Amino acid sequence: MRVVVLGVGNVLLSDEGLGVRAVERLQRINCLPPEVEVIDGGTSGMELLEQIEGIDALIMVDAIRAGAPPATPIRLAGEALPVFFRTRLSPHQVGLSDVLASLELLGRSPRHICILGLQPQSLALGMELSRAVEEGMPALLAMVTAELASLGLAAPAKSCGGS
Amino acid sequence: MSQRVTIDPVTRIEGHLRVDVEVDGGKVKKAWASGQMWRGVENILIGRDPRDAWAITQRICGVCTTVHALASVRSVENALQLELPVNAQYIRNMIILAHAVHDHIVHFYHLSALDWVDVTSALKADPAKAASLAESLSSWSGNSKAEFSKVQQRLSGFVGTGQLGIFTNGYWGHPAMKLPPEINLIAVAHYLQALEVQRHANKVVSILGGKTPHIQNVVVGGVANALAVDSQAVLTVERLLAVKDWIDQLADFVKNVYLVDVAVVGGSYPEWTQIGRGIVDYLCVPDIPLDGRNTEFALPGGHIAGGDLASFKQIRTHDDAYFKDGVSESVKHSWYEGGKGPLHPYKGETRPQYTDFQDDGKYSWLKSPTFYDKPMQVGPLPRVLAMVAAGHKPTIDYAAHALELVSTVAKTKVGIDALHSTIGRHAARAVACAVEVDELARQWDLLLASMAKGDLKTFNKPVFPQGEITGVGMHEAPRGVLSHWIVIRDGKIRNYQCVVPTTWNAAPRNERDEPGAYEACLAGTPVAIPDQPLEVLRTVHSFDPCLACAVHVVDQERQPVIRVKAA
Repeated sequence: MRVVVLGVGNVLLSDEGLGVRAVERLQRINCLPPEVEVIDGGTSGMELLEQIEGIDALIMVDAIRAGAPPATPIRLAGEALPVFFRTRLSPHQVGLSDVLASLELLGRSPRHICILGLQPQSLALGMELSRAVEEGMPALLAMVTAELASLGLAAPAKSCGGS
Repeated sequence: MSQRVTIDPVTRIEGHLRVDVEVDGGKVKKAWASGQMWRGVENILIGRDPRDAWAITQRICGVCTTVHALASVRSVENALQLELPVNAQYIRNMIILAHAVHDHIVHFYHLSALDWVDVTSALKADPAKAASLAESLSSWSGNSKAEFSKVQQRLSGFVGTGQLGIFTNGYWGHPAMKLPPEINLIAVAHYLQALEVQRHANKVVSILGGKTPHIQNVVVGGVANALAVDSQAVLTVERLLAVKDWIDQLADFVKNVYLVDVAVVGGSYPEWTQIGRGIVDYLCVPDIPLDGRNTEFALPGGHIAGGDLASFKQIRTHDDAYFKDGVSESVKHSWYEGGKGPLHPYKGETRPQYTDFQDDGKYSWLKSPTFYDKPMQVGPLPRVLAMVAAGHKPTIDYAAHALELVSTVAKTKVGIDALHSTIGRHAARAVACAVEVDELARQWDLLLASMAKGDLKTFNKPVFPQGEITGVGMHEAPRGVLSHWIVIRDGKIRNYQCVVPTTWNAAPRNERDEPGAYEACLAGTPVAIPDQPLEVLRTVHSFDPCLACAVHVVDQERQPVIRVKAA
């Protein structure tokens, strides 16, 4: 089994970068099994095609604007995912959704895709997370490890000395 | 009665580029380009160590990470007047060129081809006819009847299950779509093949840059790659041989597929050589340095006035005062505090002052850069024209070859003047890409030759003096001239400004109320159906707009992106 945990976002725009910050912390705090690859995707598009094609599961971590209170945890999967695709304006813009569309066309999409994230509070310029999102980060990391667990992969905290 | 069409966003979900056009009698009369997000990233840098600036600036943009990293280290090196080992230049040059080739391929096939290609029409094509047409134009191995049949079947299955929705808002059946089904099928097949080929360019960047999408090997003073003729841990001859193999495959695709496809599309839409001319004052800078002091270059650059190649004035070094003294930015129509007139980037200020969208006042987050007080067009078209004017033989040859192909398809003689247009920008990008992929191979040769002589040096240590120094990092990025301007005092950043290609092209009106390149090029563009402004997107996309990549927020609320109302 191959699983990619992909953090996306712009770390220069405070909470916009929460996905990247989350995967940095995931690597620091948790023991990850060899099946799991963690990628800091930044705001890239087509550069990521190679690394996510043909994998079993893609767990994206991103800021999600859902009109909810700041730091509300949000999980999009299955039926809710088309919403992610639909928000694109046109076929011309190569973003991550287009990479996934291209993989669909090639018949090499990840078999399972979900997007985990928090409602951002601030998208202002700055390299720090807002306080609300900072406080919500443990919940987001717990969602990521729970998602991995649902795929049969354990990612215990390093301090637990599991390995 | 005229109508006002607002396209917001033109680029991505968060809408960093908004374009408004006033349409009258089926044509654009007036246009406004507006950057919709504040990018005062420079303010984050003030007070930091100049050696860290490149790692932060490469996060400005998702597509152009490497270009900001390189422009940034060059600005610091220029301030220090620091000489680099040539090996560092060769490695950086290969990253620059591989990134450019990647960018151009992805731009044409995955960003803009669907402006011209009707995917659904490809289902009606005869694969045998498509194969004989493709084979008459190119020796590419992926042009067989079997290949085209396979692609058509895959596409048909895709459409049958209703999944075409992933290409939402494709303007299928729009009256401005004119390619015959066979050419549409060829283009769809090449779209898929381009997905495979673009990986090779990405691999070159990741091997040399240590990682992708964010490279890690750049340092002020050179690169962090340790070179070795034989070692497991570093950049060895064996790994460089793999790089060469990818370069060769890229070259095959660029010359035998990309360049040919652009010529076929161009030759099939001859009316688009007359649309989108706009600003013909062109600016580009020399790049691919061949010495440690940035005074000799593989690819020349300079300034062309009024579209006249005879007016070409060369920019000779990365310290050339003609460039350094000529750039300034106005905020008269931008959402920043102003009142001081246009400012040179060393003196540039970034203090936001938002108003509403005011047609005759402030309407964009982009500043308006000028070169000796005139708005410029930047990008592959200025680059190709400048290289032709400078007598760069490979560019002259590829440009002639491309125009010959276009003439064959159009069945009429098409000359270099056709390049000053919407479709001409695509042709120029393909010509630039062919030149760049050849130069990529040559830089590989230069690196290997240098290593063979026993030179493995890749880094010179920078020393920061007390007091104030200034520097500019010039880079001819895929989308055009990029310059980072830095003021360093006592080893810390005191001011920093990035003047990026899309700022030149998507600039709002300047101090003298003259339009920027997008705005000028859109004037006169036909619009058949105001709420399906495909023609406007064609002209905007021909520049390869790159504003939107900075933000990546999933938005669950769907918003209308095109609004039409009576003006």
